[in-house]
Amino acid sequence: MDAVEATRLRKNFGTFTAVDDVSITVPEGSIFGFLGPNGAGKTTTIRMLTGVLIPDAGTVRIFGTDVARDPLKVKLKMGVIPENGTVYSDLSAVQNILLTAKFFGMDRVTREERADELLDRLGLSDRRDDLVRTFSKGMRQRISIACAIIHAPPLHILDEPTTGLDVYSRRLVIDTIRRMNREGSTILLTTHNIEEANAVCSLISVINHGKIVATESPEKLKKTFDTSRYVEIAFNRPVEPSLFSGSGIMRAESWGDKWRVYTDDPDRAVKYLATLAEREHLTIISIATSNPTLEEAFVKLTAGV
Amino acid sequence: MDWQLFLRSILVVIEKDMRIYYFKGPVVIFGLLFPLIMFLTFFIGRDLDLVLFFPGFLAMMLFFTASSVGPLITPWEKREKTYERLLSLPVILESIVIGDILAGAIFGIGICIIVFSACALLLPLPVTNVLLLLLAFVLGSVTFAALGTLLASPTTDNPSNIMMLSSLVRLPLMFISGIFIPLSQLSGWFFILTSLSPLTYLVDLFHASLNGDAVYPPWVDVLILTGVTLVFVVAAKAIQKRNLVKGI
Repeated sequence: MDAVEATRLRKNFGTFTAVDDVSITVPEGSIFGFLGPNGAGKTTTIRMLTGVLIPDAGTVRIFGTDVARDPLKVKLKMGVIPENGTVYSDLSAVQNILLTAKFFGMDRVTREERADELLDRLGLSDRRDDLVRTFSKGMRQRISIACAIIHAPPLHILDEPTTGLDVYSRRLVIDTIRRMNREGSTILLTTHNIEEANAVCSLISVINHGKIVATESPEKLKKTFDTSRYVEIAFNRPVEPSLFSGSGIMRAESWGDKWRVYTDDPDRAVKYLATLAEREHLTIISIATSNPTLEEAFVKLTAGV
Repeated sequence: MDWQLFLRSILVVIEKDMRIYYFKGPVVIFGLLFPLIMFLTFFIGRDLDLVLFFPGFLAMMLFFTASSVGPLITPWEKREKTYERLLSLPVILESIVIGDILAGAIFGIGICIIVFSACALLLPLPVTNVLLLLLAFVLGSVTFAALGTLLASPTTDNPSNIMMLSSLVRLPLMFISGIFIPLSQLSGWFFILTSLSPLTYLVDLFHASLNGDAVYPPWVDVLILTGVTLVFVVAAKAIQKRNLVKGI
């Protein structure tokens, strides 16, 4: 059974269509990345998946149960970190976690044991009784994560969980996501950090202007743009772009003190560039071939190139 | 719907509201001092009959305490972004609306029973019907906590906007509800005007339970307060649902 099955979701805000005919399927046990630039419709989609926003059209099923028909049952199976990961500032770290656990009907002993375990795992044991209002953004995000996973749900929906965090907090969050997945949870993650998605996701959907523009594994998504492989080369002195007009070279772009030469055959391009250097009495300082990154695929998909 | 889940979600919303918004020093102190200030303002130095004045005073106190914090909860949580987190937990809109109302009602009843008990010890207050008095406490606090939750429902994440709206609605109600002039002494269009305010029926119910000087039969007061409560609850839920559809 799929963990999430959203079919033909649509949401209009006045005359603006934020989400247009979006369908996504998140297989059970996967880490699913939902990527898109700011304003693409990621958060609106997530809010519809979690029952926070009522769609104008379409259906959402979580483990086969319709969110609109049985929201209470569906929400028991989810752990959600909304965008900005907010928790109650006037409660302490442990009070926030215990209060959330009560919504899930956990008994007193279990919720206290689990709260202690999570505070320890997330490095907040020494601040357990401090009011959250005294916490940094990273610490608040960790409390938000603890609240989302206190009941060990089979599905986690995380909206930009690492945005604005320092390196340490980001690593902790990513490690926690991986650990939850290893323990059997399905993860649906929105982000605009491409490398993060590349590192953790097994499947990615890219949304732009409210529409899904691609759904693939990160590697397949990169291969979709295989034609844009390139050779990066630096010479000992400046050269004119008109030099890069050999066969197999699609275009050349200045890239800092280097040139990025796009080609469909990197081996042939390297040979051509070596010949070019010899002919023009240029010294090659560095040369490297590269496959397209997920970031490039993302930029092309969302820029409509 | 799973009723056990639903009831549990209401109870946890009540606990959340109590811990975060009501069980705060300044809120409790305000709740206790406000009636004292009101009593001193309206009673001391004026030639009023305590027996006739007290039911109106009690109703005013319950009205203000039960509806004081409720209007601020939803806008505050929207501003802090905790409202969205709450909605993603196993709750539905009805859990939040009913939970907010019951939290306000419990606060209102708690404060008013403390104040009433203190007054009963210090002042010669008659009580003609204890059960009716308890019913008035419960029904009045639920009705006006529901008004508070309704006032919290319009689209805003700015508590000061709601404070203005709250004052705009609550203060006029106080002046057209027979608090300062007993209903039995009103006539003509003054009397018709008071019948438009739900607070009038709570004042009347307190008269019935404390001194027996009620204008309407108690069942009429109970029926109207119950009806008004239902209208407030349905309206609050409808407005908040519309906000969910609009994403605001």
